[in-house]
Amino acid sequence: MSQAIETVDEDGVIERVSGPVVTATDLDARMNDVVYVGNEGLMGEVIEIEGNLTTIQVYEETSGVGPGEPVENTGEPLSVDLGPGMLNAIYDGVQRPLDVLEEKMGTAFLDRGVDAPGIDFEKVWEFEPTVDEGDSVGPGDVIGEVPETASITHKVMVPPNYEGGEVTSIEAGEFTVDEPVAELDSGEEVTMHQEWPVREARPANEKETPTIPLVSGQRILDGLFPIAKGGTAAIPGPFGSGKTVTQHQLAKWADADIVVYVGCGERGNEMTEVIEDFPELEDPKTGKPLMSRTCLIANTSNMPVAARESCIYTGITIAEYFRDMGYDVALMADSTSRWAEAMREISSRLEEMPGEEGYPAYLAASLSEFYERAGLFQNINGTQGSVSVIGAVSPPGGDFSEPVTQNTLRIVKTFWALDADLAERRHFPSINWTESYSLYRQQLDPWFRENVEEDWPEVRQWAVDVLDEEGELQEIVQLVGKDALPEDQQLTLEVARYLREAWLQQNAFHDVDTYCDPKKTYRMLRAIKTFNDEAFEALEAGVPVEEIADVDAVPRLNRMGTAEEWNEFIDELESDLEEQIRSLY
Amino acid sequence: MKEYQTITEVSGPLVFAEVDEPVGYDEIVEIETPEGRTLRGQVLESSEGLVSIQVFEGTGGIDRNASVRFLGETMKMPVTEDLLGRVLDGSGNPIDGGPDIVPDERIDIVGEAINPYSREYPEEFIQTGVSAIDGMNTLVRGQKLPIFSGSGLPHNELALQIARQATVPEEEEGDEGGSEFAVIFGAMGITQEEANEFMQDFERTGALERSVVFMNLADDPAVERTVTPRLALTTAEYLAFEKGYHVLVILTDITNYCEALREIGAAREEVPGRRGYPGYMYTDLAQLYERAGRIEGREGSVTQIPILTMPGDDDTHPIPDLTGYITEGQIVMDRDLNSQGIEPPINVLPSLSRLMDDGIGEGLTRADHGDVSDQMYAAYAEGEDLRDLVNIVGREALSERDNKFLDFADRFENEFAQQGYETNRTIEDTLEIGWDLLSMLPKEELNRIGEDLIEEHYREDEGEQVEATAD
Ligand SMILES: Nc1ncnc2c1ncn2[C@@H]1O[C@H](COP(=O)(O)OP(=O)(O)OP(=O)(O)O)[C@@H](O)[C@H]1O
Ligand SMILES: [Mg+2]
Repeated sequence: MSQAIETVDEDGVIERVSGPVVTATDLDARMNDVVYVGNEGLMGEVIEIEGNLTTIQVYEETSGVGPGEPVENTGEPLSVDLGPGMLNAIYDGVQRPLDVLEEKMGTAFLDRGVDAPGIDFEKVWEFEPTVDEGDSVGPGDVIGEVPETASITHKVMVPPNYEGGEVTSIEAGEFTVDEPVAELDSGEEVTMHQEWPVREARPANEKETPTIPLVSGQRILDGLFPIAKGGTAAIPGPFGSGKTVTQHQLAKWADADIVVYVGCGERGNEMTEVIEDFPELEDPKTGKPLMSRTCLIANTSNMPVAARESCIYTGITIAEYFRDMGYDVALMADSTSRWAEAMREISSRLEEMPGEEGYPAYLAASLSEFYERAGLFQNINGTQGSVSVIGAVSPPGGDFSEPVTQNTLRIVKTFWALDADLAERRHFPSINWTESYSLYRQQLDPWFRENVEEDWPEVRQWAVDVLDEEGELQEIVQLVGKDALPEDQQLTLEVARYLREAWLQQNAFHDVDTYCDPKKTYRMLRAIKTFNDEAFEALEAGVPVEEIADVDAVPRLNRMGTAEEWNEFIDELESDLEEQIRSLY
Repeated sequence: MKEYQTITEVSGPLVFAEVDEPVGYDEIVEIETPEGRTLRGQVLESSEGLVSIQVFEGTGGIDRNASVRFLGETMKMPVTEDLLGRVLDGSGNPIDGGPDIVPDERIDIVGEAINPYSREYPEEFIQTGVSAIDGMNTLVRGQKLPIFSGSGLPHNELALQIARQATVPEEEEGDEGGSEFAVIFGAMGITQEEANEFMQDFERTGALERSVVFMNLADDPAVERTVTPRLALTTAEYLAFEKGYHVLVILTDITNYCEALREIGAAREEVPGRRGYPGYMYTDLAQLYERAGRIEGREGSVTQIPILTMPGDDDTHPIPDLTGYITEGQIVMDRDLNSQGIEPPINVLPSLSRLMDDGIGEGLTRADHGDVSDQMYAAYAEGEDLRDLVNIVGREALSERDNKFLDFADRFENEFAQQGYETNRTIEDTLEIGWDLLSMLPKEELNRIGEDLIEEHYREDEGEQVEATAD
């Protein structure tokens, strides 16, 4: 969280405390101003003003706080600190670095009333200008670079709310984030540090239609339901169905430049897992540790509920800042339902008129405002950058008809429906292939044709058709058993089984299988199609289904995912399949 | 300390009183009834001039003449190592006739959140000796793994079996007592009979010496149930993170706890969430369940096994549903398996341990553990599916392959899940039984298991034997 400037306005006095909601009188404040509450100076934000009464949501535990204690206004809206030092960091919901908090509090438990800036103000960075004195720069323009981490170069930009002008002085050197690195003839000084109010989208020029996929290395996503760079996706599912694992997989393997991972109201250990795993994993694109492109925001379920409400905004603002540099950013929010519930909790303490299932009437608006901040943008500095947003949704009882799922589905263009039934039988990722969809398929096809294989869309369509047919056949099988079906349909079932088990299933915890190059995804599918084509020809030639299914090479289809030298493995498998099946007739 | 005689309203578990000095949110309150009884409560909302108080022991006997004292502090638990071996009531007062407790420290029971940055990822395998858990849903130190049960199912037997048998294998020969768990037992609204069941087992096995028992029984005040688990967890955290114990916390029954929350919510006339439970129940439960874990640089750990009975055996009911969204998996008890006589009647399909993957494998349990578990899940699920079909078309109409999966499902229940409450199986035993069963299936069907592992463990003769008997 941004170090508020100490221009203290008139103090107010607490009138009422009810959990995270505090009401104060005589406070001179605007909506969304950050205030310090009580003798301990707990951080809060103004969320309602009514006459002389100001309502505040407090980002820390309020037990022991009582009426009569002071409230101090900073006069600044809730903002984040932007600048080098955000990658490889882990923040709470109001951008306080958790490692700094541990040190300042001197304990592993989160104490109250401790503030810390979002970026390190002491640290010295190596600044290299990219413009010269005399050049003219406008808002958003990049004026220099800082090697921030092993994989990411931080672009130092003129803040969007500056006027801009001619550069009167700029020099390479070592600077802290609040030392000016350039001066403009407008009298403005540019530092490596910007502040931005989290509830306000950073400006951009135009939103464009995305045509490049965010490649995830997950077969069912890339293969059937791809998301675009700059796209939006939702993963709803009951508990234990795989939302978090899918989000972690994307955070690990998606080919974004920057990953912002927001753990919103979920488990502490899941964040710890990321902190422990990511530094040891390699980005398949750069070979650098994954953590060096990652920013984590952790407001776990037991941390204050108001900060859960804000963590989503903190995350998306950081994402937009990197977008402004021309990067492709992917933001994962796990879980947007906890965010919605935080809104509900605060709203009910305000005694607002509840909408559907007690959620505030502005739920739909808040969700769409958030997802609207995703997209492929023409930035104000002329670069192109994107923010892809992938939100997990945790519907009560796994019932997708509830308001958060429904309102989300109205906005997002990719829907990965998790299925408890698949999860129970350990079919992972347990994404239901009949319910899920991606509205980006068509616009991404040219990319897949060009970069993977010319007939990608056709082969995919073949897979979809086989799976559909299986669905219909299974209904009959449930009534009469498989053996009662004609031979060609039995064979279709066999092929579909390999599609499910060998292709759709992917083990996130297997060293090799965890990431699947799109080329491998294609070839695996192609190999199953080879089996299909050969098998149907054999069937036509009079070979019984059982004999075809018993061919030695066939079960090897199941080993493709875990094969390291997959090209060789699949070459050999395909030729064995051909040879062995053809030898049957 | 100021005393007020200003009660304006009594409503269910709530009392409203006027005050002329500020009172802190969450502060502890003592109310003395005209008959001289002292009741304790907590400030739920504090505004200038008026506070609402939630009374733990119930509001019976309170009237306008009762006097109200604000203690100026939030609720604390007096902690010391000497608590081990003691039995306390649901508010933390000794009820075992033992000496007074001389605390080392008094700790706020609300508990501060563990900084996620300071946590250590739990990955030490706990052997519970129960195959359906160790083999398929492995528990690790610092995990929160609830038992989802139903009324009348033997969840207490299972919880006791775990408490008795839980060890961390590698440490077994190591420093004495190192692998033994200290057990914190927090009872909320259970019957005297159930309480006796636990107490007798603790006494019989000598476990009481390393236990602290908190008892809020069915006829104890409902509102007290909202503090009992917090007292228990505060004690657990103290023993674990200050004194280095590995602590196993058993909380039963979470359903009663949630009922108490609902009662308070209703009395406050809050807008209710699903099925009348408060909208903040997720946050409230998280504040209990997240108090499990390991902390970087500290010796001990807190492992939680909360027990809940699902109303109507429905796991979409808000209590199991919200729990499942917070805990790191669940062990599900099944009524059908119970009537089949399977002990413990754990249904592995809806059960899950999310921390399993990092706690098992080579050097931790055994290299084949993960694959064996995956394969058994897939095979059992397939066998289970086929049972429906068999009812319609009969066994003869099924292929040879299908029949093998049906047999697998039967043997899985009767040999793997079935073991009785006194049998303590090592992880080796568990995995060997797993291979006995998997070897019924043709090798090519074991597509979740690495080829080298099949080579090493698959019993070549087993498949033929079964085939021979099936014919
Ligand atoms: N792709 C996968 N490969 C292997 N295992 C998986 C995969 N996806 C999920 N799982 C298994 O499912 C478990 C539950 O997944 P996850 O924690 O992602 O569920 P969730 O939907 O996030 O649940 P919750 O809503 O409670 O957070 C994991 O611990 C893991 O064992
Ligand atoms: Mg999750």
